[in-house]
Amino acid sequence: MGTIAIIDYGAGNTRSVLYALRRLGREAVVTADPRAIRRAERVIFPGVGHAASAMERLKEKELDTLLPTLTQPVLGICLGLQLMCRHTDEGDIPGLGIFDAEVHHFRREGEATRSLRIPHMGWNSVHTRGSRLLQDVDDDSYFYFVHSYYAAVAPQTTAITEYGISFSAIMEKENFFATQFHPEKSGKVGERVLRNFLNLKE
Amino acid sequence: MLTFRIIPCLDVKDGRTVKGVNFVNLADAGDPVELGARYAAEGADELVYLDITATHEKRKTLVSLVEKVAARLNIPFTVGGGIAGAGDVEALLAAGADKISVNSSAVRNPSLLDELAYRFGSQCVVLAVDARREEDGSWQVYTHGGRRPAGKELFSWVKEGVERGAGEILFTSMDHDGTGKGYALNALRTLASLVDVPVIASGGAGSPVHFYEAWKKGKASAALAAGLFHYGRLTIGEVKDYLAARGVPVRR
Repeated sequence: MGTIAIIDYGAGNTRSVLYALRRLGREAVVTADPRAIRRAERVIFPGVGHAASAMERLKEKELDTLLPTLTQPVLGICLGLQLMCRHTDEGDIPGLGIFDAEVHHFRREGEATRSLRIPHMGWNSVHTRGSRLLQDVDDDSYFYFVHSYYAAVAPQTTAITEYGISFSAIMEKENFFATQFHPEKSGKVGERVLRNFLNLKE
Repeated sequence: MLTFRIIPCLDVKDGRTVKGVNFVNLADAGDPVELGARYAAEGADELVYLDITATHEKRKTLVSLVEKVAARLNIPFTVGGGIAGAGDVEALLAAGADKISVNSSAVRNPSLLDELAYRFGSQCVVLAVDARREEDGSWQVYTHGGRRPAGKELFSWVKEGVERGAGEILFTSMDHDGTGKGYALNALRTLASLVDVPVIASGGAGSPVHFYEAWKKGKASAALAAGLFHYGRLTIGEVKDYLAARGVPVRR
């Protein structure tokens, strides 16, 4: 088994991801070293907090240019997914442009989302549109979400969730994968998603 | 559909679970990690660990406990009790806590909420509020485990807390806590209409219908219970079965 690199740029819940992998019997390295990341068999890109400050930290470590060039399977989580999109309204900044989607605040939609509680926090059902990460997962299973911004549904959206509107729960493009929910905190089904990511065949 | 969350609360003192527990087949009911894992396996949506350790020195054991909990649990958990400042929060989040809850320290220094929201994001900042209804009908906030009046009115304090950056409210009615007669539904509903972040009901759960009422009448996003689950009077599964049968969205 090759190594798993968890990208450490000061804006991710790296510890939770590391522990989740250990529960699956896998070790990982938490690193910001471009060489270690490039060499890894799998790369996980977590993220929490504000998009603009997270992107600043990525740039400081020159990971913003590295990430889109990776060729092994990459998994973005939560803010990681949003940063992999074309643009985010959080701080009005360009993303990494891997996914052809815009990231908006839930409130932006007006009437449909006016009565919603923000953050979208808790367990919500995920409906597949052919996601490879949801293999052997019952459709409409519940996963744990915590976020106030969402990625709009795009051609790379492979699973959707409803919260006032439909948004991207999972996105996939070639070797790039991302989940808006936290698989590392989503019980058994979350473990299945991580396992599916680790077991992907090229 | 977003589900209504059921959240067991574990009181921890000097690294051990305090309240008596009637679980069979549990090697050590005083072990917060074992007990948390048991609740997670039973279907808890989240856990709250409340540290009631008296002395500051011993409280340092909390960080190592949080590490053990984070290593074991595959669901989110909140840590609260005696969190004094951003340094404490940083250490607990780094150890693997998903959210932290502040109570007395936020009353003492409300700008702590702004600081925590700015540094760590509102999504991990829970404002815990203990309050009771006074004779004049107003709801007043208490700190230090309900011993000290804070000189704040519940609804204005919660509103201020959310404006400052709290991402979730954990409201405990001291009048209802421990009674098993149900949550403070009127106060809950007022809170839920006042703020647009999730509100967790706490204090008073005694039977499955109380959870239903917290959702239906109190408009709460989640309900917390301690003794009810610890003493084995109800399982999380029983509560969720009841809720599902009455049309409440729950994760099963």
